[in-house]
Amino acid sequence: MDLEQIKSDIEGAVPDSTLRIILNGSPSAEHSLLIDNEHAREIAFFLRDHPKYAFDYCSNATGLDWLDTESTQKVKVRKLIEGVEQEVEESQKTLFSGYLESVYHVYSMSKKHGPLVLRLRTINRTDATHLPSLTPVWRSVEFQEREIFDLFGITFDGHPDLRRLLMWDEFTDHPMRRDYVEPDDYEYEPTAHDEVLEKAQRHITQLT
Amino acid sequence: MDKHLQIELSKQGIFTTTLQDLYNWGRKSSVWPMTFGLACCAIEMIATTMARYDLARFGAEVFRASPRQADLMIISGTITKKMAPLVVRLYNQMAEPKYVIAMGSCAISGGPFKQGYNVLKGIDRYIPVDVHIPGCPPRPEALIHSFMTLQKKIEDQQLTGVNRPRHLNQAELSEFPVPTYGEHDLEPPSNPDVWPDFKVIGQ
Repeated sequence: MDLEQIKSDIEGAVPDSTLRIILNGSPSAEHSLLIDNEHAREIAFFLRDHPKYAFDYCSNATGLDWLDTESTQKVKVRKLIEGVEQEVEESQKTLFSGYLESVYHVYSMSKKHGPLVLRLRTINRTDATHLPSLTPVWRSVEFQEREIFDLFGITFDGHPDLRRLLMWDEFTDHPMRRDYVEPDDYEYEPTAHDEVLEKAQRHITQLT
Repeated sequence: MDKHLQIELSKQGIFTTTLQDLYNWGRKSSVWPMTFGLACCAIEMIATTMARYDLARFGAEVFRASPRQADLMIISGTITKKMAPLVVRLYNQMAEPKYVIAMGSCAISGGPFKQGYNVLKGIDRYIPVDVHIPGCPPRPEALIHSFMTLQKKIEDQQLTGVNRPRHLNQAELSEFPVPTYGEHDLEPPSNPDVWPDFKVIGQ
């Protein structure tokens, strides 16, 4: 699977679409294709129906949560210090806002190739968490998108039946998010250690 | 009646008994479980009823599909928080006398999922349990052993007096409050009448 070739083919077929190849540095080298939200369904239909690719089977859809990160960089800046221009090192902080991601692995059963990894990203992780649903393209992701909606809180626009899948309807949290705080219902831990010990001790201090 | 005298009389061909013994013998020999499986322990429960282990030898071959006709609830497997209210409601729908066997680590304490956010850490938070069997899952022999333990418990029940069982005591409740689905957890997280708030945790 030549990702560059697929990328240029999509760009030819779906004008105005913005695509980005995200490289995977691990030995598996399973690179993925980040597609934009506006044209996601169009791109998906193209990949499914194009006779050369014929990605007729989506085996898996999953969610990812990327927290806001702050990175510090040392930058050399020219500054006037006591009337003399000098080169000074300054640390600059850049804030990368977090986002939620849904990842699809698509295969072609007729062409016997795959997987092609598609990614969709939300704008942020708080209020703009909408993504287009790919259930109209691949019916197999219906439950998986419901699971992502349940556990990560991504709302899939155009999904035929978007309800929580594993947790109850009254539940308001999204447990697979990295900043999820689970309910404190610990009473006894026979072999508490590390995180569990911390949790158990927090429980004791709340009780007393 | 004196046990030794009873044995001596039986040697002479005279059978004696008490109403209590007869009543308890009848009940312990036909405990009908409910057809109710929650997770992988249910597979072992099914194996226990089949020909190789044959729970029918203990008078429990009739698994009833309705809680109204069942005497015993075998909590066989992981109780997710989503399932817990339904388990309590099914227990409430059973007629007295009713018994509960908590089968496997999950039903006792949450088992391998104890650290999780969506698994109830033991069914005895909401309903009283008669017999606990550890194991993941327990073997059919263990389930049979728990069944015999329950039979022993029924056999020893006093029909009168302060220690009489719940179904003969008007003052004791046979229904337990069903938890509701909350925004973050079940409400309440446990029933204080059956599950005291333990304060000892860890080391």
